[in-house]
Amino acid sequence: MNDLKDKALPNLVQNLATSNLDLDAPDKPYLDSNELIINMGPQHPATHGVLRVILKLDGEKVLGTECVIGYLHRGVEKIAENRTYTMFNPYVDRMDYVAAVSNGLGYCQAVEKLLNVEAPPRANYIRVILTELNRIASHQLWLGTHALDIGAMTPLFYTFRDREEILKIFEKYCGARLTTHAFRIGGCQYETYAGFEKDVKNFLAFFPPKIDEYETLLTSNRIWLERTKNVGVISAKDAIALGVTGPVLRASGVKWDIRKALPYANYADFDFEIPVGENGDTYDRYLVRMIEMRQSLRIIEQAVNGIPEGPIMAKVPKVIKPAPGEIYHSIEAPKGELGYFIVSDGSTQPYRLRVRPPSFVNLQALDIMVRGMLVADVVAVIGTLDIVLGEVDR
Amino acid sequence: MLHEMIQTFMSYLGQTVTPGQAGNQLWALIYVLIIFAGVSVAVICMNWIERKALAHFQIRLGPMRVGPHGLLQPFADALKLMLKEDIIPAEADAAVFWVAPLIGLIAAFTVYTVIPFGPSQAVSDMNIGILFMLGVSSLGVLGIVTAGWASNSHYPLMGALRSSAQMVSYEVAMGLAIVSAILMTSLNSNGADGTLSMIGIVQAQQQQGIWFLFKFFPLGLIAFVIFAIAMVAETNRSPFDLAEAESELTAGFHTEYSGLRWSLFMLAEYAAMIAVSSIAVTLWLGGWMRPFPNVLHAPVWEFIFSLFPGLTFGALAAIAFLGTARMPSHSFFRIQRVGLGIFAALLGLLALLLLLIAVAGRGNDASLAARFREGIDYVYWFVLKVAVFMYLFIWYRATWPRYRFDQLMRVGWKVLLPISLGVLILTAMVPLRRELWELFIQILTAIWETIRRIL
Amino acid sequence: MTPVATPFFFYMLAGAAILSAMLVITRRNAVHSALSLIVTLLSVAGLYLMLYAPFVAGVQIIVYAGGIMVLFLFVIMLVNIERVSKERQFNRIWPVGLVASCALLALFLSAFRKGKDLLPNRVGDLPEASNTQEVAKLLYGEVVKTLQLPSGQYVMGQYTFAFEIASLLLLVAILGAVIMTKKKI
Repeated sequence: MNDLKDKALPNLVQNLATSNLDLDAPDKPYLDSNELIINMGPQHPATHGVLRVILKLDGEKVLGTECVIGYLHRGVEKIAENRTYTMFNPYVDRMDYVAAVSNGLGYCQAVEKLLNVEAPPRANYIRVILTELNRIASHQLWLGTHALDIGAMTPLFYTFRDREEILKIFEKYCGARLTTHAFRIGGCQYETYAGFEKDVKNFLAFFPPKIDEYETLLTSNRIWLERTKNVGVISAKDAIALGVTGPVLRASGVKWDIRKALPYANYADFDFEIPVGENGDTYDRYLVRMIEMRQSLRIIEQAVNGIPEGPIMAKVPKVIKPAPGEIYHSIEAPKGELGYFIVSDGSTQPYRLRVRPPSFVNLQALDIMVRGMLVADVVAVIGTLDIVLGEVDR
Repeated sequence: MLHEMIQTFMSYLGQTVTPGQAGNQLWALIYVLIIFAGVSVAVICMNWIERKALAHFQIRLGPMRVGPHGLLQPFADALKLMLKEDIIPAEADAAVFWVAPLIGLIAAFTVYTVIPFGPSQAVSDMNIGILFMLGVSSLGVLGIVTAGWASNSHYPLMGALRSSAQMVSYEVAMGLAIVSAILMTSLNSNGADGTLSMIGIVQAQQQQGIWFLFKFFPLGLIAFVIFAIAMVAETNRSPFDLAEAESELTAGFHTEYSGLRWSLFMLAEYAAMIAVSSIAVTLWLGGWMRPFPNVLHAPVWEFIFSLFPGLTFGALAAIAFLGTARMPSHSFFRIQRVGLGIFAALLGLLALLLLLIAVAGRGNDASLAARFREGIDYVYWFVLKVAVFMYLFIWYRATWPRYRFDQLMRVGWKVLLPISLGVLILTAMVPLRRELWELFIQILTAIWETIRRIL
Repeated sequence: MTPVATPFFFYMLAGAAILSAMLVITRRNAVHSALSLIVTLLSVAGLYLMLYAPFVAGVQIIVYAGGIMVLFLFVIMLVNIERVSKERQFNRIWPVGLVASCALLALFLSAFRKGKDLLPNRVGDLPEASNTQEVAKLLYGEVVKTLQLPSGQYVMGQYTFAFEIASLLLLVAILGAVIMTKKKI
């Protein structure tokens, strides 16, 4: 019996010493009397999925965190090696299931890049409209759940109600609300349905007062300000060093948006602005996402007013067999830079497909952001990072 | 025998003092039973209103199936909770686990002994009424602390201790706000001294002809606002409900409680909410007095205001009738329609009865109908004001996020306490402003004289 | 307020006080002792009420039962006392304690017997307001309607000075507790 105990203990010591939780004193394997290790388990109302966060606390203050992920790992990248490029298209939606259209856009564009084809302009315009609508839907879900975690239960219902309009458009277009599989390699499969432009224009008129409604409830609310200002601050230097992208990066002051920096899918035709924050705290990330929603409306308006006529599908062979090579293509998903790295060996199935999910990289910033904060802020920071576990775990 | 009972009953109706003062145990017992029943009914209504109002704030409908428009939902919830398995954690301390909800419940309900629904409609008008209320509300903290400890689990204990720390902190600001209201009772023009008794406070407002909310404007208003904030924190409601929120790490003191025990906690919470709202209404909003008793004092206005109870129930009956008419005429909805119709009819009957009493008892004589009418009016205005506060509680919960614990304590100690101290000092100074001004002038002249002598 | 069923309430409250006091000292579990102490304090508050001292009763509930006992419970719950509860509950010199308490009881009984004539037969019918006003008079002095300065005398109550000194002492204690336990949070 005793040798079992001896075998168990050194491993524990080793794990604690090298884990993320002991950055301050790597040679101190045991806890002080005031310190506490608490597990915010995979089942928790506020972790937005099955995320496990181990917190090391000194009273109320967080000393370090460690995220244990993998509870939603489905082996998507390995599956990709055994599917043809067309067959893999629906799988992509399931990663970031909140913003499925963006995932599809990134994948299709990556394979198109590998095949060296360009989607026709009409397809690109349709893609932009749907992707920006999906950006708004994703931000709405983020807003509802983030506010709910902090305690305001009403915005959740407002955002979900308004999100229904977008989901109705998706349903009419491609038959699905959540996992849309909207695009194909080379363009779009479905033509816009009769009334698509009318629906989108109705939405453009319907939505701005709703954003104002959300802002009325939260933006200048004293309690909201106290819960979000100076909470979860990350500096621009740290953000860039960790590879954080998306609204988190922009709120820290870095003006980087792939839609403007490396335009894809005719984004260069549209005129819109990139909101940039100053402090890199939760409040700035909130403001950045609210402004992004308005800018998305601008893009949609320009797109829907100027959809060109033409084919919606490029000339793509029936059997997609790209030449051997590798590409990396990234787009600005609602949560950050979503990248696809595809290695082709000349066959119909990719040799390696690696997804760079924005939530996975952003989640690594959690540790820095909650150092020195209180336990109640951990929930707020997880919410403000806008992670989706389907993407983190794949 | 029956005749004697009716005689005794009639003699009780004419009382002008509370049963406590009259030393009448039977009547006090009857009052206690009435209050107990009333508070239980109020808590049930409050449960339904909270679910429906929250739902309507969140653009949904709330309970609709259990009874017409969910009216029977609280009963269904109570029944379900009573029938649930009574789980006591194995490591928990059974005796303390059992007694903890009772402490909270007793503390919440004992407060109702001194709440004045009318000038003689209180169980006992204690001389130290408000002091008693403060003391017994602070006993409610014990219920929470013991509940958290008895669960023998780390998270409920931390939640309970936080919750009780929050309640104790806001009791300080509450007490200071109450004291500034008490100070105002000593300013009666008929020379009566200040009083701590609840009925005396409302009578002081009556005598001075002004609700203490508006007295020494804005001092009364600030004291009222401080109390309104402190009472929300005292009852652990949004936005101060960190200790019992679902998405926080510490799960709250009532985690391990299920079934009837948990419902006792909720009962205690709602009863405490009604109790502190009653304190606010009594101290600042004029208790049982109808609005504008000075400006609109003509008998016709008395009559109009006495119609309000009947009209309120009439409006409720009309809404219920409207709901009945709008219900779908499908056969599935027949029983709901019939039920709602019966409910509407009952409300209408009640409205008619109240209107009848108002009409029959008009005028200020000492007839039976007049005494009934007066009693009903007092209770009605009091309950209406308390109902406004209850609605505000629900509104706060729907609208605002919740404070973090350290921010909560900061608000209690660093914001509310200094402001309430300042209001207290100013309220104490305002009645003596002439004397203080003369004092100030005297000090200045004394200083001036000494300077002149030196030079 | 005319007294109602005085003997019944007196015996009930006194019995409750004695019973819960005995529970305080015999319970193994510290939280049980604390809760029994709360029952004792509340019974004593009831006894104060029967002695026409409503203010003292109210303050007893607020300060003692609602404040000090909550603090006791905090300390008991936050400090790990499991180890303590497994130790011996009664020490070895209990005969000495028994003799001392018997001597105290004999003292009380002889004082009661000798001094019985000094105690009144029944408490007089004091108006209820008197207790609050008596206490106020002792602490703050007579109510002075106008301030007379600089030559007028400020009438202090009998215990005003002691009251102020006690509150200053409490303030120092609060400050000391805060400073000693302050963490960086």
